[in-house]
Amino acid sequence: MTMSTNATEFDTRELEYSVFRWRTISNLFLNVAITVITLLALIPLGAVLYMLVVKGGSHLSSASFLELPPTALGKGGGFGNAIVGTLVMVGIASLISVPTGILGAIFLAEIAPASRLARTMRFLVRLMTGFPSVLAGVFAYGAVVMLFGGFSAYAGGVALAILMVPTVMLTAEEAIRMVPARMKDAAMAMGTTQSQMVRSVLFPTAFPSMMTGVMLAVARASGETAPLIFTALFSNYWIVRRSETQLDEPTASLAVLIYNFSASAFENQQNVAWAAALVLVLFVLVFNLLGQSFSAKPVK
Amino acid sequence: MGASSKNEYKNVIECDLKKLYYGDFFAVRDVNIPIEKGSITAFIGPSGCGKSTVLRCLNRMNDFVRGFRFEGNVQFRGKDIYHPKIDPVAVRRFIGMVFQQPNPFAMSIYSNVAYGLKLNGFKGNIPEKVEKALRAAALWDEVKDKLKSSGLSLSGGQQQRLCIARAVATEPHVLLMDEPCSALDPIATRKIEELMIELKQKYTIALVTHNLHQAKRVADNTGFFYVDTTQGGRTGYLVEYRKTQELFEDPHESFTKDYIRGEFS
Repeated sequence: MTMSTNATEFDTRELEYSVFRWRTISNLFLNVAITVITLLALIPLGAVLYMLVVKGGSHLSSASFLELPPTALGKGGGFGNAIVGTLVMVGIASLISVPTGILGAIFLAEIAPASRLARTMRFLVRLMTGFPSVLAGVFAYGAVVMLFGGFSAYAGGVALAILMVPTVMLTAEEAIRMVPARMKDAAMAMGTTQSQMVRSVLFPTAFPSMMTGVMLAVARASGETAPLIFTALFSNYWIVRRSETQLDEPTASLAVLIYNFSASAFENQQNVAWAAALVLVLFVLVFNLLGQSFSAKPVK
Repeated sequence: MGASSKNEYKNVIECDLKKLYYGDFFAVRDVNIPIEKGSITAFIGPSGCGKSTVLRCLNRMNDFVRGFRFEGNVQFRGKDIYHPKIDPVAVRRFIGMVFQQPNPFAMSIYSNVAYGLKLNGFKGNIPEKVEKALRAAALWDEVKDKLKSSGLSLSGGQQQRLCIARAVATEPHVLLMDEPCSALDPIATRKIEELMIELKQKYTIALVTHNLHQAKRVADNTGFFYVDTTQGGRTGYLVEYRKTQELFEDPHESFTKDYIRGEFS
């Protein structure tokens, strides 16, 4: 294409689409290539979901949610105790990691963002986001299981919390940083202390994005297997037994149930594992959707 | 359209918007405004009256806004730029734009100005073109010794002139300026205004401004936009379009009269 000038002779055809222009062709080619590659990337994802829905769906029933895992030669059965166990342990992990993560994020983003402590902390936390989950399990085994003398839901919760803290803290820090400085200025100029400003302006404004991070962390934790094998192990019984909640006993979880039963030689146990896998993926889906629903809310 | 050849020569752009929507929002109605060749046309009016919306229609920048649609047509040199055969990318190469906030790229001053030339596959002497554009934007003397430093290192007024240099480097036919001085101090504003008057020798300019004095100082023609709230929404429309001097000295419409007297904001 030649450079245009303001000379009166101007060919308005220059404004039209033309297949003879290199940029028109390359633009078209790149757009098509991106679309095709995106679809290719979706194939494995779609295949996994399809397999889960087909194989898991056909073995899903009300018994899946209400009954205990089947014995080797048993018929039917479910994984009600594993669902409860996963919820309980993720709950314990959230109780530990959400306050820690968010308070840590406030420190990182607001209290002393440039301090040496903050820089070290940020570096370590980033490192921790890629922390192998099996090591979190080994650590919780040493710190909780060995200390209190047994596998427990508490130990499982601690192991999962170790994995959740970095995600919660980093997304919360980012969320706080996204709050425009002019809002902070407005609060400080009204005569708030720093903590009043954090509580009344920063926290509410950043809250939706923080919750997105929390939900992502929860979704990740509910699918973890390795840390739970070292800490909560598994149980064939309900967590509430003899009308007492046994949080200090080995506890079932969906992930470990799938791990155990998928390698089973008995078809019924394999089928239960398929159904449990579908339920676990739906769990993760629900938490992800919850996370999105928080971020979709506009800041008013 | 049945525009006479004389008309086609005089007006680089013929903008006739009957109804313009963003999704369900009825944003603008009845704007029929010509942009005369080699002149400065100012769009004035209160906030939310659709001045910027109309300006962004002239080089199809509204294409990026989801839900944008309109009835009417916009002609550039007699060609309907919303015709399906028209390539909006090509349109924007002939109708450049300068924005409210100076927005240089995070590259050197030189690269900022050379950007459009390289994009166009310009094969000639790029350094010469860059110097010419920087001179045209009255920025050359201030930056000639630091062409390699970042465009972001300049002051606000200099950044805006850099953006003007970037826009004129490819010699567009029309320059759309969307409140180019509203983020600048009075001295920088004065410089940009002088520059606009200089630039209209070569380029046709359409200017959105909040500043009535600016319109009075630089514009040959002025369109006054107002907001119609009688239909329940907030729909902008063109109240009056005249020669600038006539519009300010003898406005025909009472809305225009009140506005330029500052009787409402």
